Amino acid sequence: MARIGVFICHCGENISATVDVAKVAERAGKLSGVAFSVDYKYMCSDPGQTLIIESIKEHKLTGIVVAACSPRMHEGTFRKAAEKAGINPYLCEMANIREQVSWVHPKSDATTQKALDIVRTLVEKVKKNVALYPIKVPVTKTALVIGGGIAGIQSALDIANAGHKVIMVEKKPSIGGHMSQLSETFPTLDCSQCILTPRMVEVAQHPNIELLTYAEVESVSGFVGNFDVKIRMKAKSVDMKKCTGCGACSQKCPTKKIPDEFNEGMGFRTAIYSPFPQAVPNKPVIDRDHCTWFTKGGKCGLCKKICPTGAIDYETQDEFREVKVGAIITATGFDLKHADFFPEYGYGKFKDVIDGMQFERLASASGPTSGEIRRPSDGKIPEKIVFVACAGSRDKAKGIEYCSKICCMYTAKHAMLYKHKNHEGKAYVFYMDIRAAGKNYDEFVRRAIEDDGVQYIRGRVSRIYEKDGKLIVKGVDTLMNSEPVDIEADMVVLATAVVANIGAESLAQKLHISYDQHHFFSEAHPKLKPVETNTAGIMLAGACQSAKDIPESVSQASASASKAIGLFSSDELTREPIVAVVNRQAPPNFTSCTGCLLCLEVCPYHAIEKEEIKDRAGNLIKIAARVNAGLCQGCGTCVAMCRNKSIDIQGFSNDQMMSEVLALLNA
Amino acid sequence: MDKSTHQHADTLTSQVEKATGVILSHCYQCGKCTAGCPLNEEMDVMPNQILRMLQLELPGYEDKILSSLSIWLCLACDTCYSRCPQEVKLSQVMDFLRQESIRQDKVNPKAKDILSFHKAFLDSIKLNGKLHEVGLTIDYKLRSLNLMQDVQLVPSMMAKGKLTIFPHQVKNTKEIAKIFKRISEAKQE
Amino acid sequence: MSLDIRHLTSDFRHNNMRIGFYPGCSLEGSSKEYSDSLFAVAEKCNITLEEIKDWSCCGASAAHNLDHDLALALPARTLALAGKQGLTEIVVPCAACYSRMATSKNEISGNVATRQKIEKYIDLKLSADIQILTVFEFLQKYIFPVVDEHIVNKLNQKAACYYGCLYSRPKETAAIVQIENPMEMDVVMAKAGATPIEWAFKTECCGAGFTMSRTDIVAKLSGKILEDAADRGAESIIVACPMCHVNLDMRRPEIKKQLKKDINIPVLFITQALGLSMGISADKLGLNKHYVPTDKVVNCMVKLEA
Repeated sequence: MARIGVFICHCGENISATVDVAKVAERAGKLSGVAFSVDYKYMCSDPGQTLIIESIKEHKLTGIVVAACSPRMHEGTFRKAAEKAGINPYLCEMANIREQVSWVHPKSDATTQKALDIVRTLVEKVKKNVALYPIKVPVTKTALVIGGGIAGIQSALDIANAGHKVIMVEKKPSIGGHMSQLSETFPTLDCSQCILTPRMVEVAQHPNIELLTYAEVESVSGFVGNFDVKIRMKAKSVDMKKCTGCGACSQKCPTKKIPDEFNEGMGFRTAIYSPFPQAVPNKPVIDRDHCTWFTKGGKCGLCKKICPTGAIDYETQDEFREVKVGAIITATGFDLKHADFFPEYGYGKFKDVIDGMQFERLASASGPTSGEIRRPSDGKIPEKIVFVACAGSRDKAKGIEYCSKICCMYTAKHAMLYKHKNHEGKAYVFYMDIRAAGKNYDEFVRRAIEDDGVQYIRGRVSRIYEKDGKLIVKGVDTLMNSEPVDIEADMVVLATAVVANIGAESLAQKLHISYDQHHFFSEAHPKLKPVETNTAGIMLAGACQSAKDIPESVSQASASASKAIGLFSSDELTREPIVAVVNRQAPPNFTSCTGCLLCLEVCPYHAIEKEEIKDRAGNLIKIAARVNAGLCQGCGTCVAMCRNKSIDIQGFSNDQMMSEVLALLNA
Repeated sequence: MDKSTHQHADTLTSQVEKATGVILSHCYQCGKCTAGCPLNEEMDVMPNQILRMLQLELPGYEDKILSSLSIWLCLACDTCYSRCPQEVKLSQVMDFLRQESIRQDKVNPKAKDILSFHKAFLDSIKLNGKLHEVGLTIDYKLRSLNLMQDVQLVPSMMAKGKLTIFPHQVKNTKEIAKIFKRISEAKQE
Repeated sequence: MSLDIRHLTSDFRHNNMRIGFYPGCSLEGSSKEYSDSLFAVAEKCNITLEEIKDWSCCGASAAHNLDHDLALALPARTLALAGKQGLTEIVVPCAACYSRMATSKNEISGNVATRQKIEKYIDLKLSADIQILTVFEFLQKYIFPVVDEHIVNKLNQKAACYYGCLYSRPKETAAIVQIENPMEMDVVMAKAGATPIEWAFKTECCGAGFTMSRTDIVAKLSGKILEDAADRGAESIIVACPMCHVNLDMRRPEIKKQLKKDINIPVLFITQALGLSMGISADKLGLNKHYVPTDKVVNCMVKLEA
């Protein structure tokens, strides 16, 4: 026999100002099955909760309805109170008479009636509530970090230092990402590799971190705390255990003219190569697309002959590793648009029109010109450089409406680096706005203008063309009455748009995480959940979420790491039991589910599996659906699809929902 | 998102937006149009400044725009529109401003010849349905009083068969005149 | 060079296609050689062009400068007549006429109210869909498949292909793939055995309709174009627009004065250049009608081995 308790909250005046709470409490008390009904000023307060607890004990209540604010506010509070009073917390429901009644209607009899109707509906539901217990899911205390740039490195180190295992997967032969390509970083003009490489080495040497380079994520399945990840370790053709990194192979390799990715095509590398001198691991791989042995059927083979430890093995194949992890951190970084993206700047044909990363390589001491800024076309030192900001960004016509955030700062940096190396040279920056909002950022830009004499011209460049070895830049100065400004430059650096990494979409689909129209991964909430995704257990770090600079990437990486560490802080994860369940019955039925598996197809969270119900001999009896309680989000799509009502949501069963509807209709 | 931000009834700006469908607030004054305009050295008011004045709507701007030489120097080459990052169709705005400056009788005196040429051209079409180059030239010279213009070309053009004294006409020139008439009547309504 | 040109259909059967032709005022008048050379090329390839009966002026710049409705109505009249004639595809060799026709067609087909208004003005019904081809789309689609056997001469010179404004802008009517560096005419010139050069003024404005009212501006703008071509060693300039031709050719004395340079590079229509490589006589192609002498082009030709 149901003995329901009804507790009407005044919420100060929030509810009582428009709803006659005393009347609602009185009428509710007369409903069949209600054993106790009371109203109180602040139900969520200590005395309010005490009132609930005492009433449950005193009146031996079998279920309670707290009519107050939205369950999103205080459902947890009242369920804890119910638990303290000794009844299952899921026997407590909230009736929202604030956001759904008092906050949206004026004071009137009809408003009070609506509040009563809602209370009555919930009373009928609670009569059908059953005790539910939180679902426990085990947690594998290993994290997977995808991406070995500065964000991935930071996350990995944070998690490893907290005592948990980390597997880092990096698709290039070395970790370091774009930061390893930079010459100096703003706003301090620190040498980028000098501050990065110690971290890279720390990752390689850390006992808790397993570093897999030249590897990519092949597939991901499972759920938070229990991911199954298949990793493809691409064939390096070099045995990492035997190789000592002596470098004899790349010195002797006859294929020397492959455009070097690390130097953004401005230099060359060999077919067996290590991307840069400070690479971690500093052991080469063979680029099979360009190596003579692989492209010309077994010719050459010089590196194998030369290798003192016999580490070269042309027969290696891609290998697969299957690992179990509890959390995944995506730190796959970004790409830049290149000069060929711009028809009005030459379709990438003009050798001396380069992008920002290419300039970094020129300025870098380990770059193709040993740190001297030289024209790619003839190697001469440019006397006039034009920097074009906002190249492709904030540009609806080119499909990139957003601001790429880092360009204003790195353009100022580039102009300064050029001036430091060429005191007599002239540097011009065509800009629209200057976005320098970080700590010491604006001062940095002022340094470029005031100390280093960089000329900032406010206006965009309409077109660039080449004539007699010079680049004619047609711009405008909107601050000088929109005077056209034409400059004959020796070199042009385009601050091109930051875009998502080229493999971003397919990785997001493998991980089942959301991404936007630009293929940047989506955070769970733009303000309050910037590092989590909507997929439990998968976090974001760095520029894969949106364009950002190094300090922000590092911050986000540490934040993601803390989420993973939090996840690992207990051996089990607790989940709300508001999940779908496929019914089970006694043999010979086992379940009314016919195994049509329509629910499996529509589940947006891939939470439904095929279950083979077998007898003890292993013979198949029937196929049924089974819900993975760890993944299910309780959306109810499966319930709607099920043709014979074999699947239902705990806490929101068909029976409970029907009771609510009938209660509303039978006023 | 695409609604005009200029809601007042009768300003030049709201008329421009209504007639052309261009949303002026899309322009963020980057100046790329001016930078690429082939006429930027001759113009008195730059293309982006015309948009700026339409955006700000301060007193005196309407006059400045409609009486500028720039709107008549604009050749509708569409270099501005093809490079504009915000896809603002400036050339369409310019067409409207030209027509409005005639309606308000504010045409810059230095643009007189340019306007005379356009009018002479349309006269020839109205009369013949097709362009009669000799007729156009005579009409233009009478309007502009540049009587000696291109006179030196006449002998060579005749020798090359490029001058036709008598116009090529459509079969029923009245049809063409009617089109002109219907359009001008519709405007008066 | 291979390009993806729109309107290129793979199932072209030219014997059944009626190809309409809209000369526009210039091709009937002072730029008749453009029309003559187009017909000469088509005739050699057994292609017939059917002129739209009783066509009228497209309105050119004057109409859109002075009256928006007139600017839509005038081309619409000719499109309606073409439809009445049963034509579904028309070639419009003049860039300005092409632009006006395509603009009018776009604006009308995009808006029912506009269509009804214009139909009332012109007192004609507009038929469903007429494809409007530029001259190089016509050449690619109809001439290229059959031209190889007719190429008997190699033009043997550096040609600067000049496209002007209206083939690549605005984007709604553009007939070019690489709008800042078109190659559609370059492909034709390569077929004709010339070397199309890379240069920086392919789509810069020549001064257009200012040829009479502001000849100084034409001299300046066309001068910049000529100068860049000359600086890069061009031996001829190839155009597909009668207005651009007049500005670069007939206005050469003004340009020379403006530049203070004596540049004598001839200006040919694309159809004339192709016609020369097909062995059609300079006279038939109307080369003698130009102001800047074109003999060098003819004299530099090399006969191809059989």
